[in-house]
Amino acid sequence: MAAGIPGSERTRLATAGARAATVDSLKHQPRGDVWKGNVFFAILLFGLTIALVGLAAIIIQAAVKGAPAFGWNLLTNGPSTLNPDEAGFRPALVGTLYLILGVIFLVVPLGIGAALYLEEYADGTRWWNRMIELNVQNLAGVPSIIYGILGLAFIVRGPLDLGFILVAGSLTLALLVLPTVILASREAIRAVPPSIREGSLALGATQWQTIRRQVLPAAIPGVVTGVILAISRAIGETAPLLLVGAATFVTFNPTFIGDNGYSALPVLIFNYAARPQDEFRVLASAGVILMLIVLLTMNSFAVWLRNRYEQQW
Amino acid sequence: MFRSKPKFLATLALTGVMALGIAACGGDDSSSDGSSSGGESFSGNIRIDGSSTVAPLTEAIAEGFQAENPDVKVTVGTSGTGGGFEKFCVGETDANDASDAIDEEQTAMCKENGVEWEEIQVANDALSVVVNPENPVQCVTTEQLSSIWETGSKISNWDQIKGLDPAFESELTLFGPGTDSGTFSYFTEAVNGEEGNQRTDYNNAGEDDNQTVTGVTGAPGGMGYFGFSFLQENEGKIKGLEIDNGDGCVAPSVETVQDGTYVPLARALFIYPSADALARPEFDAFMEYYLANVNDVAEQVGFIGLTDKQLTDNDAKLKKLISEAGN
Amino acid sequence: MIGAFGQRGPARPVPSLEAPSPRYGEKLIRAILAMCALLSVVTTTAIVVSLLIPTIEFFGKVGIGDFLFGTNWAPTFQPAAFGVLPIVVGTFSTALWGMLFAVPIGLASAIWLSEYASPRQRKVIKPVLEVLAGIPTVAIGIFGLVFLSPMIEDVLPFMVNVPPFSAGVAGLAIGLMIVPIIASISDDSMRAVPAGLREAAYGLGATRMKVATRVVFPAAISGIVASLVLAGSRAVGETMVVLLVAGASPNLTFDPGSSVLTMTAFIGQTATGDISTGSITYDTIFAVGTLLFVITLILNMFAIRMVRKYREVYE
Repeated sequence: MAAGIPGSERTRLATAGARAATVDSLKHQPRGDVWKGNVFFAILLFGLTIALVGLAAIIIQAAVKGAPAFGWNLLTNGPSTLNPDEAGFRPALVGTLYLILGVIFLVVPLGIGAALYLEEYADGTRWWNRMIELNVQNLAGVPSIIYGILGLAFIVRGPLDLGFILVAGSLTLALLVLPTVILASREAIRAVPPSIREGSLALGATQWQTIRRQVLPAAIPGVVTGVILAISRAIGETAPLLLVGAATFVTFNPTFIGDNGYSALPVLIFNYAARPQDEFRVLASAGVILMLIVLLTMNSFAVWLRNRYEQQW
Repeated sequence: MFRSKPKFLATLALTGVMALGIAACGGDDSSSDGSSSGGESFSGNIRIDGSSTVAPLTEAIAEGFQAENPDVKVTVGTSGTGGGFEKFCVGETDANDASDAIDEEQTAMCKENGVEWEEIQVANDALSVVVNPENPVQCVTTEQLSSIWETGSKISNWDQIKGLDPAFESELTLFGPGTDSGTFSYFTEAVNGEEGNQRTDYNNAGEDDNQTVTGVTGAPGGMGYFGFSFLQENEGKIKGLEIDNGDGCVAPSVETVQDGTYVPLARALFIYPSADALARPEFDAFMEYYLANVNDVAEQVGFIGLTDKQLTDNDAKLKKLISEAGN
Repeated sequence: MIGAFGQRGPARPVPSLEAPSPRYGEKLIRAILAMCALLSVVTTTAIVVSLLIPTIEFFGKVGIGDFLFGTNWAPTFQPAAFGVLPIVVGTFSTALWGMLFAVPIGLASAIWLSEYASPRQRKVIKPVLEVLAGIPTVAIGIFGLVFLSPMIEDVLPFMVNVPPFSAGVAGLAIGLMIVPIIASISDDSMRAVPAGLREAAYGLGATRMKVATRVVFPAAISGIVASLVLAGSRAVGETMVVLLVAGASPNLTFDPGSSVLTMTAFIGQTATGDISTGSITYDTIFAVGTLLFVITLILNMFAIRMVRKYREVYE
């Protein structure tokens, strides 16, 4: 048959045939693969759904249980053992607020300072610098209750001997989140391209001038994200505060500096959850929703920051 | 423009935070309750710590007191009776809530540090033994309780308890409070003769006595113990047992505790004010307010009020300490 | 005059590249920043010291062998027993159940996020998962106690032998909490695999599933393993969830249905309870704390090692 077809036509047929075969083999995956691929995708989606459903369940359950207690009372009233239906979380909110302010004041300079040293100044081959790095990475994984022990032994009693005051709580929480801030800041500083630094140095700036005017401003958004995420963690931490003495019953607004007691949101929630009267457990759930709102706001702010200021170098 | 944006945002955030702070400070009106007691208003700080059992009572009193005296700041901590005494006996707190009387070591520590105190009873409590509502047993003797709960006890089924009436057969599941609580100390001492003497294979409810309720409700042969407030709040879900200490079966109730027939599980709850603190007018006023209002509040919080005799005793003790403090 | 490069003209002094002044300000700043960094070392030292002294006192009264290998944990009872194994097993039991739940869910989410999700889906879902990470542990504990425990009791009764406490349910709650750690870090790891590798695989006719499981996943393995170890470390160190959900009975068992006591719950309970300082029970807190610190230290070092060893350098 081939003999009767001219040469060019033969080539055309052959290439057309080859093309068709290739296209065919690429288009149609073996049936087994299609089936497997779909099952795999379904499994992935299933896993993801469980995580999302879990999240939804936590929020919805707390909202439903805490609904009876919703109202402005929650924000304006103090805790009440006599009238749980009118009770609120005001002093605990203020306490948490002050605690976090204290943490921010401590953690931002110290965290950025340590990150700058490790990224800009330290010689990575020296053993002491490697030890510092190792320390920071280890501390980030130490359980929060150990920080509570540390606070109890060193800050509340021991050398600092501050007593069970708000500043002690702030210090303890600051130590807890500092490693996270340092790690996040390092990433942010590392992301600034070396060319920026080199250009600045080449123009005659000193190292500190370079950092202050070029590197830091560029790294600030990443640093702020790290700080906000660390703060989110600090707000929710109960265990170290329990040890460092956040008293649960405080009807007045605690002061930042002062030797009267203080309270914090998660500690109060924990206390309410363990009381016999059901109204308190309702309050506990309402408190959980309150905390979630605060956290959600901060997280959204962090995400917005990250998206807005993400630099493409 | 880029350099000023983060600064702008930081300022915005700071302003927001300050606004929140001001709003929080502005809304400083705790709900007013309780009886008014004349014109004078005090100011100062009062620090109380101690038992987490007594704390709700002190908190309720503090609330009422602060409603009348908004310039007094009262904090009530819950480090536990023992932990509270540690702070009290070195002068860190003005008073200690206690679910158990002060012991020798603590007395010595207070003496060493020059802290003079007086033991003021503020309420009564009935440690209640509870079982599942389906359990037909109504009454247990203290010997039976001891045989069930003491160290090394091997009883694992209700039908192994001697002399039980009516006979009951079901797997015995025990629930109890954490071993660091005053309830545990009191129960073990009262029933087994020694603090801390208890079998270890029970279900420890940890921080939350509500879980004893859940446990006993869920197990037909369940048995647990906790303070009176938990029994009251959960009527129907659990059943309180009557205790026979040799004089017949007595159920836990306000009356039986006050007339002294609910033994050995009736306990007294105390507050230990210090003489130094009483020298301060605001704390003096606080303690007087406490004794004047404690019976009104006790039942609301789940405790059993004081008898008249206990009240007069208290008054005398308080006066004695105040006069000593004046010296 | 002919200069070094053949220039003509009078000689000019060669400019020095040294700074004109000793720049003390720079040195001062460097010192200050170094102090900030040293704070981390100070913290670790402080932790070790605060734990070690009472621990040494403790071992003066209780033998190390008894402590590490004993199986009866009853420090507050009469007679007291200090065998730590039950609470160590308790810790690992809850962590194990947590990881059993979190690893498949977390990895599934990560693979979906990295290989299957569209950019818009990613932009929404990834932050949502991070919200899960931000939920306070006390909220998760309350959720576990009030919702999960009764629900599991109805559906899988073997998981809750003696309601309401159960190591399995506590593990489940912890698992939910650590899913974002695994998902987020694994996702970042997988995204870091260069597109070139994927494209080459697709070009050779591989399916999406094959690319995800045979190409990207192995390439990102160091980050994924690091995320698993970090999550495990977090699970081991969790306090509030176990305080509320796992109960406080030191049973030496991996059975998810029974109640267990973890090291963290023991510390949390005892330190806030009725114990006097200076007593042996008080010292027990520190001994357990030291053990916990050492365990998490080993886990963390392992994670750091894994990342360093397998970090592939892509150009």
